[in-house]
Amino acid sequence: MEETLMDIDLKDKEEYIVNMGPQHPSTHGVLRFETCLQGEKVKYIIPHCGYIHRGIEKMCEKLTYPQLLHLTDRMDYLSAHINNEAVSLCVENAMGIEVSDRVKYIRTIFAELTRIASHQLWWSAFGMDLGALTTFFYGLRDREKILDIFEETTGTRLIQSFITPGGLMADVHPNFQRRIKEFITYFRKKLPEYDQLLTGNIIFRERTKGIGVMSKELAIDYGVTGPSGRGSGFHCDIRKIAPYSAYPFVKFNEIIFPEGDTYARYLVRMKEMWESLNVLEQLVDNIPQGQIMLELKAIKAPKGEYYQRVETARGELGVYIVSDGGPSPARMKFRTPNFSNLFIINKIASGHKIADLVAISGSLDLVIPDIDR
Amino acid sequence: MYDFTPMIDSITGYLNGVFTPFWAGLISMVMLGVVLLTVYAVLGLYLVFAERKICARMQNRLGPNRVGPFGLFQTIADLIKLLLKELIFIKNADNFLFNIAPFIVIIASIMAIGSIPFAKGLQAIDLNIGVLYILAISSMGVIGILIAGWASNSKYSVIGAMRSGAQVISYELSVGLALLCIIVYAGSMQFSEIIASQEDGWWIFKGHIPAFIAFVIYLIAGTAETNRGPFDLAEAESELTAGFHTEYSGIKFAFFFLAEYMNMFVIAAIATTLFLGGWLPFHLFQWAGFNHVMDYIPPVFWFFAKTAFVIYLMMWFKWTFPRLRIDQLLALEWKYLLPINLINLILISFLTLMQWHF
Repeated sequence: MEETLMDIDLKDKEEYIVNMGPQHPSTHGVLRFETCLQGEKVKYIIPHCGYIHRGIEKMCEKLTYPQLLHLTDRMDYLSAHINNEAVSLCVENAMGIEVSDRVKYIRTIFAELTRIASHQLWWSAFGMDLGALTTFFYGLRDREKILDIFEETTGTRLIQSFITPGGLMADVHPNFQRRIKEFITYFRKKLPEYDQLLTGNIIFRERTKGIGVMSKELAIDYGVTGPSGRGSGFHCDIRKIAPYSAYPFVKFNEIIFPEGDTYARYLVRMKEMWESLNVLEQLVDNIPQGQIMLELKAIKAPKGEYYQRVETARGELGVYIVSDGGPSPARMKFRTPNFSNLFIINKIASGHKIADLVAISGSLDLVIPDIDR
Repeated sequence: MYDFTPMIDSITGYLNGVFTPFWAGLISMVMLGVVLLTVYAVLGLYLVFAERKICARMQNRLGPNRVGPFGLFQTIADLIKLLLKELIFIKNADNFLFNIAPFIVIIASIMAIGSIPFAKGLQAIDLNIGVLYILAISSMGVIGILIAGWASNSKYSVIGAMRSGAQVISYELSVGLALLCIIVYAGSMQFSEIIASQEDGWWIFKGHIPAFIAFVIYLIAGTAETNRGPFDLAEAESELTAGFHTEYSGIKFAFFFLAEYMNMFVIAAIATTLFLGGWLPFHLFQWAGFNHVMDYIPPVFWFFAKTAFVIYLMMWFKWTFPRLRIDQLLALEWKYLLPINLINLILISFLTLMQWHF
C-alpha cells in the first residue's frame, strides 16, 4: 500500500500538508506533490503519479509493431519522434535488418530538431515557473519554426509517427533542407536573446544557483539521466556512449556541468541547443540518396528478448521487447527517463523554500504522460 | 495659467448661496464622491487595458484588438462578464470576513486617490499631512489581504496572505524613508506646497544624486507594496495558484484586481508629485520661449503623462523579471534598501542644512 503523509503522525504542530496538484499551474500536467511544509519551508515531498496512466505497455501486447508505434508518441509528447525511433531501432535490431544511410540521416535530423523544440518549450515553461512570463512567448515563437518544418514533411506538428520499423513513412519535402538551413541561421541569432532575457538576470541567478544540488552519486543512484543527470557531471549521453542512427558520423560535444544545481541543469539545456544546431549543420547538407522504406514482407521480431536505448530530450529511453515470434510483442517495457528523474525531487528539494520546489521541478523538465505511460 | 481654484470656488459659492450650509456640504461631498468613483473606475479599467497592450508588445503579441477599436472596450466587456459571474461561497469559510475583505482593499485605494493633486486646485482634499495620510491609508489595504487569506480557509491563500503581510510591513519602511527625503528637501508634508517648492526645478533634478537614489528606492519599494511583479509573491501563480485571492470569484475578485491597479496608479502619482514636479510643466534652464510653450500644455496632461511614464517603468520590469523568493525579498529590504535609505536621508538632511541644493 502506498504510504502517504496523512498516515505519518505530524509531530510538529507547525507542519502542514499542501497538495500541489493534480491541478496546479507549475506541475505541468496531472502530477501531485504531497508536500509537507513548515511555514514556507519544504520538509518532505511525496510525488504521486498515475493520474494519466493509460496502460500503454499492456496495450502494446495486442498491437502489431507498426501499430504500437503510435502509442509511443503519447508518452513523451515533446520527444515523440525520438520515441518512435527507439521502438523502430529495437524492432530492426531484432529482425536483423539495416536501414539505408538516408533514413539514418533524416531520423537524426528529426531527432535533433525535436530536441531543440523540446528544450525551447522547457525554457519557456521554466521561465514561467520562476515568474518571468515573457519567456513563454519567446520560446514558443521560435518553436513554431520547427513545428512548421515538421508539418511540411509529416503533416503533423506535435506527434508525427513518421518513423516505422524499416524506414520512414515518406520522403522529406523538397523544402526540407532549405527550411532547416534557414532555421539554423535564424535560431543562432535568437539564442543570445534567451540569455539576455533570463540567463543574465540577477534575480534568475539568485533563484537558481546553489538550489537543489544533486551530487553525481545521487544522480547515478536514482538513475537520473539526460540534461538533469549531465548537470551533475554524470556522463550519460547515449548518443556518445552507444551511438545509433547517424550519430557515429557527426562530431559534437557532450555537455557536462559538475555543479549539480538548478543553474547547471539550466545551462546544460541551453548549451545543448547550440550543440544540436551544430549537429544539424553537419547533417543537413550531406543527406545521401537511398531507399526510404525497406520492402519487408512482415514485421515480426524473432523469439527472444531485445533492448534498445536512445537519448530523448529528457534522458535515456529504454525499449525492452520480449517476443514470441508473433507480429506483436509478448511483453513490452519502456524505461522512461521522467519516471526516474521525478523521484529525486524529495532528496534535492526538501529543506528548500516552496518557491524553490517549483524551480527544481521545472529544472527536471518533467513530462507527466511519460511518467505514467 | 490653468488654475482650477476659481472654478471649484464658484461651485462651492453657488451651492452655499442656494442651500443651507449642511445641504451644501452634503451635495458637494456627493458630487466629489461621484467624480472620484468615476475617475477611479475609468482609470482602473484603462490601466488594465494598458497593461495588456504593453505586455503584449513585450511578448511579440498584439494584445486585445477585437472589442471596439484597438480593443479599447475589452476591459469593459471583461468587467460585465465579472459582474455577471456567479459568486462562489466557500464551505467552512468565515463568511463575514470573506465578504468584507475585498471592500477593505478597494476602500483603501479609493481613499488614497482623494488626496492626489491632478492639477492646481483639482484635488479633493489638500491635507497638511498629505504624505503621511497616503502612507497610512495605503498600508490599510494589507489588512484586507490578510483577512482575505485567513477567511478563505485555503492553505494557498494563507501562505499568500502571510507573505503579503511580511512584504508590505517591510517595504513600508523604505517607501516612508524615501518620501521623507523629499519632505526634508521641501520642508512640508502638504502636496500643494511640495509641488510649489518644485516651481524652479523638479526634486529629481535639483536634489542631486540622493534624490535620484530615493526615487529608485521608492520605485522598487512602491512596486513591492502593490504586490506587483517581480514582487508578486502574495499571488505567485506558479507556486500558490493565485495566492490570497485563490478562492474569490466574480466581482469580488474584480475588486482585488482593480485595487491592485489603482494602488499602482497611486504609487506612480505620488512619485510624480514628489519627485517629478506633479502637474508642473517641464522647464529647461532659462529658455523662456521653450518654457512658455510648455506652460500652454494643461497641467492635467502633464500629471497623467508623468504618471503614465512611471507606470510604464513598473510594467516594464514586471514583464521582464523573474519573481524573487520570500527570503531574498526580505533580505533586499532589510540588508540593502533600508541601510542605503538611512544613509541617503542623513546625506539629504546635511545638504538641506547647508543649503547646498539648488
